[in-house]
Amino acid sequence: MTPQPATSGAARGIARRAAGHRLLWPALVLLALLLGNLAFHHDFLSVRVRDGHLYGSLVDILRFGAPLVLVALGMTLVIATRGIDLSVGSTVAIAGALACAHLSGAARPGSVASTLTAVALALAVALVLGLANGLLVSGLGVQPIVATLILMVAGRGVAQLITDGQIITVTSAPYKMIGGGYWLLLPFAVLLAAVLVGLTAFVTRRSALGMLIESVGGNPTASRLVGIRAGGLLALVYVFSALCAAVAGLMISSNVSSADGNNAGLWIELDAILAVVVGGTALTGGRFSLGGTVLGALIIQTLSTTVYTLGVPPETTLVFKAFVVVIVCLVQSPVFRAKLVRRPATTPRFPAAAGPTPQEQEARA
Amino acid sequence: MSTGTVNAAARTARPFATLSPRTRTRIPLVVTAVLLVVVFGVGSALYEGFLSAQVVLNLLIDNGFLLVVAVGATFVILTGGIDLSIGSMVALSTMTTAWLVESHGWPLAAVIPLVLLAGAGSGALMGWIIHTFEIQPFIVTLAGMFLARGLCYTISTESVTITDPVTASVAQTRLYGPGGLFVSIPVLIALAVLVTAFVVLHHTRFGRNVYALGGNESSARLMGLPTGTTKIAVYGVSGLCSALGGLLLTFYTLSGYALHAMGMELDAIAATVIGGTLLTGGSGFVLGTALGVLVLGMIQTLLNFQGTLSSWWTRIVIGALLLVFIVLQRLIGGRRPTAR
Repeated sequence: MTPQPATSGAARGIARRAAGHRLLWPALVLLALLLGNLAFHHDFLSVRVRDGHLYGSLVDILRFGAPLVLVALGMTLVIATRGIDLSVGSTVAIAGALACAHLSGAARPGSVASTLTAVALALAVALVLGLANGLLVSGLGVQPIVATLILMVAGRGVAQLITDGQIITVTSAPYKMIGGGYWLLLPFAVLLAAVLVGLTAFVTRRSALGMLIESVGGNPTASRLVGIRAGGLLALVYVFSALCAAVAGLMISSNVSSADGNNAGLWIELDAILAVVVGGTALTGGRFSLGGTVLGALIIQTLSTTVYTLGVPPETTLVFKAFVVVIVCLVQSPVFRAKLVRRPATTPRFPAAAGPTPQEQEARA
Repeated sequence: MSTGTVNAAARTARPFATLSPRTRTRIPLVVTAVLLVVVFGVGSALYEGFLSAQVVLNLLIDNGFLLVVAVGATFVILTGGIDLSIGSMVALSTMTTAWLVESHGWPLAAVIPLVLLAGAGSGALMGWIIHTFEIQPFIVTLAGMFLARGLCYTISTESVTITDPVTASVAQTRLYGPGGLFVSIPVLIALAVLVTAFVVLHHTRFGRNVYALGGNESSARLMGLPTGTTKIAVYGVSGLCSALGGLLLTFYTLSGYALHAMGMELDAIAATVIGGTLLTGGSGFVLGTALGVLVLGMIQTLLNFQGTLSSWWTRIVIGALLLVFIVLQRLIGGRRPTAR
């Protein structure tokens, strides 16, 4: 209430609010990663217009990161309910496989109608898969990790069944648009992801839905007692997660114009969980941050890109990701924080949150 | 009056507490045994040569490593935890073994203890992180999974074939029994692991601690049981079993490869669940896990005999079985936790 004296107080207030903001650390990490890349490739941050669309490493990170952003978007809401969805990778594979199988069998694969049918088919099947997960979790009360494990195991088999174990290649200009096309200078996939993230943010934050989801995640019993239909909400988030995964699957298969039941979306569930956790959504549920998830997904994608541009074998990305997981989880762990707080006050509040920087150095070495 | 959360947790963790728990927990086990007999019966009826003792022994030869790994997973799952790093740890130990033996000429006798120690050590380390920082086992072992798989690739992205004569001779030894039946050395090791695990789980204090920890962790702590050490130990056991499973897989394939054992953690978890162990912990049988492994192996054999059905059917069938058994456990395990 007491007015702060002049400008320095206000500036300090803003600084303090920024320092306490939950998106600060993810944003700093992303910035550090990008600057680290800049040190090695001086044109890393430059974006040019070529062939009527934007071109550059940043655009590539956005374009290849779009599917991960989508999968992580669905995963965020699932994790907010204290659940987890391990089946998204399989759903990605199934959606791509179905769409490509339909297109390759269609009379005119290049027509917009066939493409729309293929997309609708993939989304419809994802709806069913998500509903199955949701019913197992909310109807039968199976632990989410177990319920979605089933589809994770069986799903890739189903995807291979659809593609008959082959890689189905399709040539369809409208289908190619979803993951590989450009619109208004920007990759269509990025626009699509941005629209979906925006819509989700609007629906969850401008209506009570977000709060209800957080309340179910915070305490399912209490929310049921105050009259929230926890069961329906739980089923809803799994359906949403499956739909997001299906769109991501369409993007991935469209980008390479083919469906690979075996490798499409392989381990994307782990990347998505990582993105959500890096973005500041706790695995214990009860609160979520969509902005954090988007930042988290971009961090993961930038990490992968960095490893590629450094010429390190891409498979070793896994090692860096492992360190990121451990550090982020340690920082989130109340016990770990408590142990740090007991030390002298000079210790920064979240010293380990700037985690990936040591890995970066390791990557460069 | 105790607090609501503790009550709810107790109900969730021990849904069988109301009616004749002994019988109820054994229903999945009986179903699995019947299933095993049915699959074997169907195979024998359909295919010439399926009905033979060697087919059964081949099950053990082809799935010995999975049995060892699944036994380790059973320890973790009994405490209500989960270990996702299993498959990667198996791959890492095939890779380390092949690399040390082939590229560095280490004697096998030195490599084996080293690999086992590394496996147990890294498992215990994950257990320590889980216990000390109260992070979910799922996420810690996920990191372990990334790390181990990544380390495999840093050793080599190619498959490393073992030409070392000692290793090859151990791998190719056939132990003949009556009637020309044979098993391999890994089969004996796997069976020894199974028996040891059975004795440890059912006849030692540590085993009882494992069940108590899975039943209700806070009760176990209040009773004065060493929950921390037990938790660290079960992840250590899982790591040890993964490393041993990796060694057996190395003998089986005579190679180390970063892509070995992809998704084996899922097979191990599936075998454990099909064998009647509750994923919420506190109830289950290590012998059931062996039955689960045999069921998975038998289905694989059936598909092999069938010939035209492709490998992806295995995954679909495993998924379907997992679904059936989880639903079965929920149904016989009493009411859903949210319904009261």
